[in-house]
Amino acid sequence: MKLLTHNMLTSHVKGVTKGYPLLIKATEVKVTEVDFNPQFVSRMIPKLEWSALVQAADELGHRQDLPVELVPEYEKNEEFLKKVHRVLLEVEVIEGCLRCPESGREFPISRGIPNMLLNDDEV
Amino acid sequence: MNMLQVNSSSLDTNTDTRTAMTSNCRRPEHTAPPDVFYNEVEAKKYSQNSRMIEIQTQMSERAVELLNLPEGQPCFLLDVGCGSGLSGDFLSEEGHYWVGVDISTAMLDVALDREVEGDLLVGDMGHGMPFRPGTFDGCISISALQWLCNADKRSHSPPKRLYTFFSTLYSSLSRGSRAIFQLYPENSEQLELITTQAMRAGFGGGMVVDYPNSSKAKKFFLCLFAGVTGSLPKGLGTETSDRAVSNQVQYSGQRCRFKGMKGKSAKKGRDWILEKKERRRRQGREVRADTKYTARQRKPHF
Repeated sequence: MKLLTHNMLTSHVKGVTKGYPLLIKATEVKVTEVDFNPQFVSRMIPKLEWSALVQAADELGHRQDLPVELVPEYEKNEEFLKKVHRVLLEVEVIEGCLRCPESGREFPISRGIPNMLLNDDEV
Repeated sequence: MNMLQVNSSSLDTNTDTRTAMTSNCRRPEHTAPPDVFYNEVEAKKYSQNSRMIEIQTQMSERAVELLNLPEGQPCFLLDVGCGSGLSGDFLSEEGHYWVGVDISTAMLDVALDREVEGDLLVGDMGHGMPFRPGTFDGCISISALQWLCNADKRSHSPPKRLYTFFSTLYSSLSRGSRAIFQLYPENSEQLELITTQAMRAGFGGGMVVDYPNSSKAKKFFLCLFAGVTGSLPKGLGTETSDRAVSNQVQYSGQRCRFKGMKGKSAKKGRDWILEKKERRRRQGREVRADTKYTARQRKPHF
């Protein structure tokens, strides 16, 4: 699971109002090289919850020098975009789980795939 | 997907599960729920059968075309029922980034082995899409939606599951984006069920049918618009499409009139009357001689 996906994931359990952001408990993390596409990164930034991204990167110990606040005029700032690219697309959680901040319900991650299947009473 | 079932049954009928599966080749969703049907055996076919790959790729291509994404821009897309990642691979080829959801871990394992670029999730469409509002620039789904129309458990209510799916999908799409579903509808009731729930969820749009006159090539694409009114794309193989070659001669009312004739003259014309008189003479009956008055138009009261 990449952090880009994590930034968009919420708990969809019935009755949960604040199922975001899901807290990551990772036992295995992998970093792979992914082609840098500045246009895509630039387009994604406005969609991100920046604080959730920083928090997630911190939880994985891969934040490095990602700033707490969004840098203004980031479109032309290639250095900044590269940092965002690395955190969004190159850091992957392979094993672990995602934990709902409201209910504590855990969604396991196995082989890099989070299991979002719900029980009958959660739908 | 349906054609593949027919192929496989002729290859190997030893396994119990295989025999059970082939009992309903044409509509696999009548055989078992999707997470049971798409087991390791089934999943393996998806990575090895070249015809399957070809069909799925073609349908993915058409779905992306119908998405009408802005040119030259890498987008963030959702692939519902991504399976082994055949459609996802096409998205990656087009330069897009994607997240795939599927209920079958066996299929997703194949996707992992094939090293697809998109992120994968195990999930049930009917539970709803677990994403923040406005996440995706578009959504495609190849051969998956019909699975949502069957109640696999007693607790399942297809209309409710469909609505849960469509309403959460609607919110997870950015305004102005589309969701394209290639599906195999069982009948018109099913189509109606699907479209009703989609409209209830706020979507606009409708069905696009490619090659409607060919039973083999016919494909259904449900095109849903999130938050913008657009005109529905035309199906391929229909009269006004400039891409496809028409595979049927134009219907002509003129020709139809003489369809049942079988070499004989038109009924009640002069020729017909003369022929009938000749026939009756041959039968030995007494018939008036043919004159210039034969078959003359009489006044209505006659």
